[in-house]
Amino acid sequence: MNPSAPAAMHEQTIAQLSAGLAAGQFSSAELTRAFLERIERSNPQLNAFITITAASALAQAQAADVRRRQGQAGPLTGIPIAHKDIFCTHGVRTSCGSRMLDRFIAPYDATVVERLNTAGAVMLGKTNMDEFAMGSSNETSFYGPVRNPWDLNAVPGGSSGGSAAAVAARLAPGATGTDTGGSIRQPAALCGITGIKPTYGRVSRWGMIAYASSLDQGGPMARTAEDCALLLATMAGFDPRDSTCVDRPVPDYVAGLNQPLAGLKIGLPKEYFGEGLDSAVAQVVEAAMAEYRTLGAETVEISLPNSQLAIPAYYVVAPAECSSNLARFDGVRYGHRCENPKDLLDLYTRSRAEGFGAEVQRRILVGAFALSAGYYDAYYLKAQQIRRLISNDFHRAFEQVDVIAGPTSPTVAFNLGEKVDDPITMYLSDIYTIAVNLAGLPGLSLPAGFVGQRPVGLQLIGNYFAEERLLNVAHRYQQATNWHQRTPAAFA
Amino acid sequence: MEWETVIGLEIHAQLATKSKIFSAAATAYGAEPNTQACAIDLGMPGVLPVLNREAVRMAAMLGLAIGAQIARRSVFARKNYFYPDLPKGYQISQYELPVVEKGELIIDLEDGSSKVIGITRAHLEEDAGKSLHEDFHGQSGIDLNRAGTPLLEIVSEPDLRSAKEAVAYMKKLHQMVVYLGICDGNMQEGSFRCDANVSVRPKNQSQFGTRAEIKNLNSFRFVERAIEFEIERQIDLIESGGKVVQETRLYDPDKGETRPMRSKEEANDYRYFPDPDLLPLIVDEAFIETVRASLPELPDVKKQRFMTQYGLSSYDAGVLTASRPLSDYYEAVVAALGGEPKLCANWVMGDFSAFLNKDGKDIADSPVNAAQLAGLLRRIQDRTISGKIAKDVFEALWVGEGDTDAIIEKRGLRQITDTSAIEKVIDDVIAASPEQLAQYRAGKDKLFGFFVGQVMKLSKGKANPQQVNELLIEKLKG
Repeated sequence: MNPSAPAAMHEQTIAQLSAGLAAGQFSSAELTRAFLERIERSNPQLNAFITITAASALAQAQAADVRRRQGQAGPLTGIPIAHKDIFCTHGVRTSCGSRMLDRFIAPYDATVVERLNTAGAVMLGKTNMDEFAMGSSNETSFYGPVRNPWDLNAVPGGSSGGSAAAVAARLAPGATGTDTGGSIRQPAALCGITGIKPTYGRVSRWGMIAYASSLDQGGPMARTAEDCALLLATMAGFDPRDSTCVDRPVPDYVAGLNQPLAGLKIGLPKEYFGEGLDSAVAQVVEAAMAEYRTLGAETVEISLPNSQLAIPAYYVVAPAECSSNLARFDGVRYGHRCENPKDLLDLYTRSRAEGFGAEVQRRILVGAFALSAGYYDAYYLKAQQIRRLISNDFHRAFEQVDVIAGPTSPTVAFNLGEKVDDPITMYLSDIYTIAVNLAGLPGLSLPAGFVGQRPVGLQLIGNYFAEERLLNVAHRYQQATNWHQRTPAAFA
Repeated sequence: MEWETVIGLEIHAQLATKSKIFSAAATAYGAEPNTQACAIDLGMPGVLPVLNREAVRMAAMLGLAIGAQIARRSVFARKNYFYPDLPKGYQISQYELPVVEKGELIIDLEDGSSKVIGITRAHLEEDAGKSLHEDFHGQSGIDLNRAGTPLLEIVSEPDLRSAKEAVAYMKKLHQMVVYLGICDGNMQEGSFRCDANVSVRPKNQSQFGTRAEIKNLNSFRFVERAIEFEIERQIDLIESGGKVVQETRLYDPDKGETRPMRSKEEANDYRYFPDPDLLPLIVDEAFIETVRASLPELPDVKKQRFMTQYGLSSYDAGVLTASRPLSDYYEAVVAALGGEPKLCANWVMGDFSAFLNKDGKDIADSPVNAAQLAGLLRRIQDRTISGKIAKDVFEALWVGEGDTDAIIEKRGLRQITDTSAIEKVIDDVIAASPEQLAQYRAGKDKLFGFFVGQVMKLSKGKANPQQVNELLIEKLKG
């Protein structure tokens, strides 16, 4: 590439595109068309999008250009993005990756969608995902698996695999995701992009189809921490429609990005570097820590002694909540309904058996069992107690350190089909991310290197509402390194 | 063997909020199906509940009115089951930690004594929609207008010992929620309905018998009949060597019997767990004190006041304080008249209530307001008309013939108090009844009434009755 020529639009970050739009280098319509063309070309290979909303995207882009001419543009006005298909989008199919909602047109916008629309962002389409956000490889989607742009034989991670792949392959400069046990961070890691799961309650869940209500949290996925800061600043904030949303001012995330790291204390939980962690991944994380030390940070070993309880607790709490959350998909009012039901029971059982895939059914059954009379105390209540222990671990850790760092996932992206028949191994892919959801903390994943052709993610965990600090710590690293700038060769 | 009945009632009172308990949709009754159901009520993907503060305020009002504890922290749970009119596949209801606990209500028994009935708890929950099985040719229609309507489920202790006590309790609670303005009390529309837990045990046995739950009783009469039937059924069953099984039964008002609906073995496992979409409900002292300050005068307190302030009997005071509009009306009449509380009571309880009943009207729609009734009573008080004539005037007022004085003038109903005019009528009557006069003077005192009647008849009821009495006694002496 000629270093003096301006980078192609798709090669630019949101911050750069925003500056380009402001400088009149290109219009939002041009920018949007460029990304739509890339989607059209590459989506058949990647399967990152379930629905492409070309016509409405161009209309939104033109409206954004008008708005800019009127001097009403903000930093996201005219910026094309993609929404995970878990967010309700008014008048547009919202499938949640499921046959159950294959023909469901949402009658309203999720708060996240509404906020980004209001900011003038342009929706390119709805991204593929594990069915109802249940999966770590995007293989449970009714619409087929998404492929990892770095290696088409590899999974992109999940459940926000479509969003991660779209950003990594430069089909969109940013996307929304949701994270219940790692569903933003793990695919961000496996696709070599940056993603942040905010503190529980930071981003409204209104219109975000529930998987496990006490764990679900929406967040941005983009190439850089700076772009995540731009997106999160718009997505976050109080929403009276979500009782669990916290009424607390949203800091200027972008303004805080450049704080120096001198004196920063990074905790490395010894439990995150033990058995099960791929040694090549461990080396990448160690190299990243060395980089942080040169940036002025101090690294110390800490302990999160209840870490090994996170997965079992999660696989009680999340299925329990999902067994109840997914009861509304009964074939009565909307969604898939079986042909010629012979009675009410048949309507229920066949509609749900046909509408839900195997993993969703497995979790509903596990959850219903965990909540049933006689087992509630032993499973659900016990899991809630474990959540408290896990939160206490973090609480103690944050008395010693400012942020916690470690691998996002124990391995790089695995091959399609490799773990699909082995749910337990699949579940272990989220071993370092799940505890963060159980505690309700913010967590971020950023690219820190490669094992072969496959990216490695570094996870940063912050204290409650410390998104600003996490983005800052990630941004300073990205100022000093270029892992986040690497583009998969096939999609350059 | 002598048997004792043990009854506990679970009463669902629909709270009179404008919007639903977890959404902004209206709660008004009788709208076209599914026109008052928003995305939240329909259980759309991605929707979330937000608690209606007004429903909490109303629950706290009841709690304070029955001397209960208002929980500073209570929790909404999900009760999971599948039914077509339950859009989310779960009902949001308070389960382990209700907002109101440990209250009581005093009921009056037929023998004049009273009894304290414990109230275990009252909790907030949402109503389900309705399944409509008619007019759909073998299919069912679903109307979700009612889905999400706020309910307060009020659970009594098993303190009731007869169907009559159960009805007395239910009536008392009905009076209370209507007084407080937290429920419209309309039983036909299902705003106030009852499930009854009924069991029997040998007298003097402390252990409870096995209970049956009778569902969805929506009138006082049905409650009484259903419980009476159920008591007899259980006693017959036990005495003939059978055993009562714990089950849910339905009352059939046409046949006057209860029938099994589902047994405990078939009972659902509702898989209750705290609703993660709703934070625990925290109420603070300030909120409770605000609610306390807003409480109206409660029926029992008002009844006592009526007895002392107006000198009314317990019965009259009870009738007049049975509802807030009636007691307000009564007090307005007394105030307008400036006294005579007994006269006012007789009229409000008598003709006024009778006319309301006859026309099926509420006090709010009464054609005779308190000032008009007081105007009529003033004319009795100042002897312009007699009490008997006043009844005719009241009827004329009711049908809108104008005000009291105009009716009296137009119809010439003014009472005759002129002694000479009354004497003239008496003379005419005596002259026309020589036989009766002779008998009376011979000692047949009973005939005095005959002469009074004749005088009143001839004066078209207008002669002042007291004067007629006095003058007649003199004249008949001869």
